[in-house]
Amino acid sequence: MTTTVTPPETTPVEKQQQRRSRLPKSARAGGTLHGGPIAYVILIVFTLVSLFPLVWTAIAASRDNQRLAQTPPPFWFGSNLFKNLEIAWTEANLGEAFLNTTIVAGTSAVTIVVLSTVAGFAFAKLRFRGRNALMLVVIGTMMIPPQLSIIPLYMMVAKLDWTDQLQAVIFPSLVSAFGVFFMRQYLLQALPDEVIEAARVDGAGSWRVIWHVVFPAARPAMAVLGMLMFVQAWNDFLWPFLVLTQTGNPTVQVAVAGLGRGYTPDQSLIMAGALLGTLPLLLVFAIFGKQIVGGIMQGAVKG
Amino acid sequence: MATRSDTAASPVKGGAAPGRPQDGSPTDKEAKRRAKLSRRWQRDARWSPYAFVSPFFLLFAAFGLFPLIWTGWASLHQVELTAPTDMNWVGLKNYTRIFDDDFFWNAAQNTLTIGIISTVPQLMIAMGIAHILNYKLRASTFWRVAMLAPYATSIAAATLVFVLLFGRDYGMINWALDSVGIDPIAWQDDKWPGQIAVSTIIIWRWTGYNALIYLAAMQAIPQDLYESAALDGASRWKQFLHVTLPSLRPTILFTVVVSTIGASQVFGEPLLFDPNKGASGGAEHQFQTLGLYLYEQGWVNQHLGRASAIAWTMFAILIVIGLINHVISRRLRASS
Repeated sequence: MTTTVTPPETTPVEKQQQRRSRLPKSARAGGTLHGGPIAYVILIVFTLVSLFPLVWTAIAASRDNQRLAQTPPPFWFGSNLFKNLEIAWTEANLGEAFLNTTIVAGTSAVTIVVLSTVAGFAFAKLRFRGRNALMLVVIGTMMIPPQLSIIPLYMMVAKLDWTDQLQAVIFPSLVSAFGVFFMRQYLLQALPDEVIEAARVDGAGSWRVIWHVVFPAARPAMAVLGMLMFVQAWNDFLWPFLVLTQTGNPTVQVAVAGLGRGYTPDQSLIMAGALLGTLPLLLVFAIFGKQIVGGIMQGAVKG
Repeated sequence: MATRSDTAASPVKGGAAPGRPQDGSPTDKEAKRRAKLSRRWQRDARWSPYAFVSPFFLLFAAFGLFPLIWTGWASLHQVELTAPTDMNWVGLKNYTRIFDDDFFWNAAQNTLTIGIISTVPQLMIAMGIAHILNYKLRASTFWRVAMLAPYATSIAAATLVFVLLFGRDYGMINWALDSVGIDPIAWQDDKWPGQIAVSTIIIWRWTGYNALIYLAAMQAIPQDLYESAALDGASRWKQFLHVTLPSLRPTILFTVVVSTIGASQVFGEPLLFDPNKGASGGAEHQFQTLGLYLYEQGWVNQHLGRASAIAWTMFAILIVIGLINHVISRRLRASS
């Protein structure tokens, strides 16, 4: 899938921009201007700042604890990378953690995407009583941080005896107001009313419209939302940290944080664990970066 | 939609009629079937929207709204972590306890200062980066993805790396400062350095994300505005001040609100920045945030009731922020 979620409207705007050339280009700020050398220098500096801590994680993971307790700190790779990765993998129980996190993040992302697409379609394209009020509720809930609800959730988990079990993390992560909002914004302009109407004339009921019209039309946005939600669930820290432990079904974040919390004071191992925990997402970003960037920008426009 | 699917339903009836043999009366059965079908259409059009939105609202009610309200109820009780289902009514005692606690006010202050130190530079840098990304650039996708790399990094991984970079004796940052003649700074032990270090992690993770949001808004500004400003002889800097910034006002407000909400919840960074001190947020509680204070009261001191009172206090603060946001955005709309 190579489509980005750029709204179709942007193309005419771009064309307009190209047509205009009454003024010397250098006089105008804004999107039509070519970046000069200074722009590139600044970009390179910020890119280095962005990437340096990640690269240095790998450098530190390739050294040993002794070397990290010397000045100046290492600037280039040593020879211990694979050894450290291996030890961190077994010590932090990362194999199990990866499996757990994949289950949690996968279930959460798929559920959110499906529920958000269906709800977003209703909000974007169907008329029903209370629609606007309900949409306001959705937007309002985006502003309430989930952290404020953790105490009763913890009490529920304790009562159900779900401590150290994955469903304790999965259930609260199945819903996202942002997802509903995001899919609504996308479907408003990506799905013409006529298409839905045509399907109805052909005798399709609502569920068939969802399956045969809405899902195909929403696919690019669903993919992006899925990735965003997967990243979010993968990186979630507070809640998994409260209900899972290092020995009882840890997620990657719980396992990695455990490395830092003392029972292995070996810094190069901690860095190896941090590197392993981050690599899968960096890989996702390297492959689907364009789509993710497009998705974030798309979700922002009418925010 | 109700009207639309009524019209959509009629062709089924009308379309079926001519095809039927006209040799007498259509059977009662057939008429009933059609009536049933049409009723089903109406029911479908009427109720399916609710069926489509209800999973979201049910799940949100179960895992968002209900727990939030229950937190308020729990905050009026004594609840211990060891027996989370035993609740004893204590009225407002949890609230008076935390308001009498110096560490609560300390945490509130730290949350505010870390919030300011992390949010203000973050959004200003993001604006600058967005402005540059808005030029026509070679490899524009590469720059955007590179700016977003920290967003892919978890709080845990990022904090662990920064703990090393901010190390007092062997950290790279002190080494760099030393090479320009500045004495080593005890980032983990001193108040302001600690707060700056924690804020740095937040800034690092979120600046690129906010830059993309500003970039999206900048690309939606009509070029005519720049053109007429340029015709009036406005320099590029003036255009940025008088065209770009005013057009971005709603977006800026949006990012400020989102970052403020995020800042009020900071938890993982200070928890892991001094792993040996954990929940106290540094030896002297010097970077303990409200989120961390809540965790300390609930899970270290094992008073879930008191932790609930902290959660509701944070909720009240957010409502105030929300109201301020509402008033400001109304003014913005009125002025534009």
